[in-house]
Amino acid sequence: MRTYKQINDRIASGKAVVLTAEEIIDYVERKGEEKALAEVDVVTTATFGPMCSSGCFLNFGQCVPKIRISECTIDGVEAYGGLAAVDVFLGATQLRVNAPANLTFPGEFSFGGAHVIEKLVAGEMVEVIATSYGTQDYPRRELRTEVCIHDLNQAIMVNPRNCYQNYNVAVNCSEKRLYTYLGQLEPNMQNASYSSAGQLSPLLNDPWYETIGIGTAVWLAGARGHVHAEGTQHFPTCQRNHNGVPMEGAGTLGLTADMKQMQRKYVRACSFRGYGVSLALGVGIPIPILNQRILRQVCVRDSEILAPITDYSLDYPMKTGRVLGYVNYEQLKSGQIELDGRKIATSSLSSYSLALEIAELLKAEISEGKFLLSEPLQLLPREQSSKPFPIREKTI
Amino acid sequence: MKSEKILLRFPKTETGKPIVYHLIKDYNLVVNIYVAKITQDKEGYLVVNLTGEEADLARGKAFLRSLQVQVESVENGILRDNSRCTHCGNCVSHCPTNALHIADRKTMRVELDQSLCIACSLCTTNCPFGACTSVF
Ligand code: SF4
Ligand code: SF4
Repeated sequence: MRTYKQINDRIASGKAVVLTAEEIIDYVERKGEEKALAEVDVVTTATFGPMCSSGCFLNFGQCVPKIRISECTIDGVEAYGGLAAVDVFLGATQLRVNAPANLTFPGEFSFGGAHVIEKLVAGEMVEVIATSYGTQDYPRRELRTEVCIHDLNQAIMVNPRNCYQNYNVAVNCSEKRLYTYLGQLEPNMQNASYSSAGQLSPLLNDPWYETIGIGTAVWLAGARGHVHAEGTQHFPTCQRNHNGVPMEGAGTLGLTADMKQMQRKYVRACSFRGYGVSLALGVGIPIPILNQRILRQVCVRDSEILAPITDYSLDYPMKTGRVLGYVNYEQLKSGQIELDGRKIATSSLSSYSLALEIAELLKAEISEGKFLLSEPLQLLPREQSSKPFPIREKTI
Repeated sequence: MKSEKILLRFPKTETGKPIVYHLIKDYNLVVNIYVAKITQDKEGYLVVNLTGEEADLARGKAFLRSLQVQVESVENGILRDNSRCTHCGNCVSHCPTNALHIADRKTMRVELDQSLCIACSLCTTNCPFGACTSVF
């Protein structure tokens, strides 16, 4: 048994024993559970993949005369100005004003909010155009200028939903190609697409949210950030494997961090043909080895994590709930899965290679005493299910 | 017999000519076309595999050059920007030749074997991060 305080004291004195969620598996196998429990303080988890529900609050500072922004575009992408004077919110999936989207299908979606966010993090200049209805205290009616992130007072990333605990494996049972947020799905189940770091992924290593909760310190794209809320669509009530690991999406996290401290390598805009723009983010979350139960949970391996194979031509859009079968991440990562005797090529949208790199980076930061853990201020719900969107005919 | 995979760039003035016909008929070459494309600017691109006697191959290529067709290595057809590649692996199941592949399932890094690439451009439309670009 360990407490957060004991672990942080060990981290601060540079003595903490830290392993990645991949290393701990072999370590426990070699040394035995008892020894590992006595030795290991922290296990680092990580993931890197597209997380559409991301965005940022920006504060531009004031110009002379002052402006109270009502409409704003940044590099042609609309940022929401329904906040105080020079605050805006820029969403990752927002397209350029007048972008052709899917007018000629499949659209290219070559630029959007995510690209602006990546440019800002990289320190590049972006063009801001803003208008206002003008008031007596904020007389300016329009402006056009170029700024970079260093000119801004604040650039705070606030993501309503990151780090899906687990995810679907998408296939296409129809006769025509599908363009989805999981990439192109070829007809007649020619390929399967998944998106999770499996055994390295944060919430798969803490299936019941015992250490990851509101207030948990996280590594978000190189910056020190926090879990600020349960993620939107956090639905922990779901089918779970014997080890407690969800067999579907399940939990999610709301994350926030200072964009000025982020690194471009881990904040990457992506364009999905026929679908839209998204933002891929790198996240690392440390798990304190408080007790034996938590140690057992971080030893989860790819072969013990199941994901549902879902038909994106019908079952996903029509929300039928039908699952074609379950496969584990060891099979998915092998490049080929089998479904009803058929072999299907797999590929991922989440980068295991970058997740490994992030788990190592976080491990180094903790080992060097630069990253302390924080105990959750509030735990995430462990029971909660999805509500449907009611479509009500309005009767006059 | 020798086999060679090459990328041919045709200037606007040459795109109307039956060049492949001459390669087969006059130079005894077996021509396997992987990619044929004419751009908006009316420039043509062909990625072909030519098979034939060494001398015929050399004569065939000289004929192409005499028509101002640029004969290049296919390796120049597709470029992967390593600083943009995240090694997600999405391109792997879309690449028809396994040129893009994962050699080590432990690190899951995506490698590109240029010698297998036929410049089909499927990776350029399937890479969400814009890491792969095609010259045509
Ligand atoms: S899809 Fe693009 S980013 Fe992903 S591995 Fe292939 S080239 Fe790299
Ligand atoms: S162009 Fe891309 S998809 Fe096509 S063979 Fe070459 S690497 Fe593979």
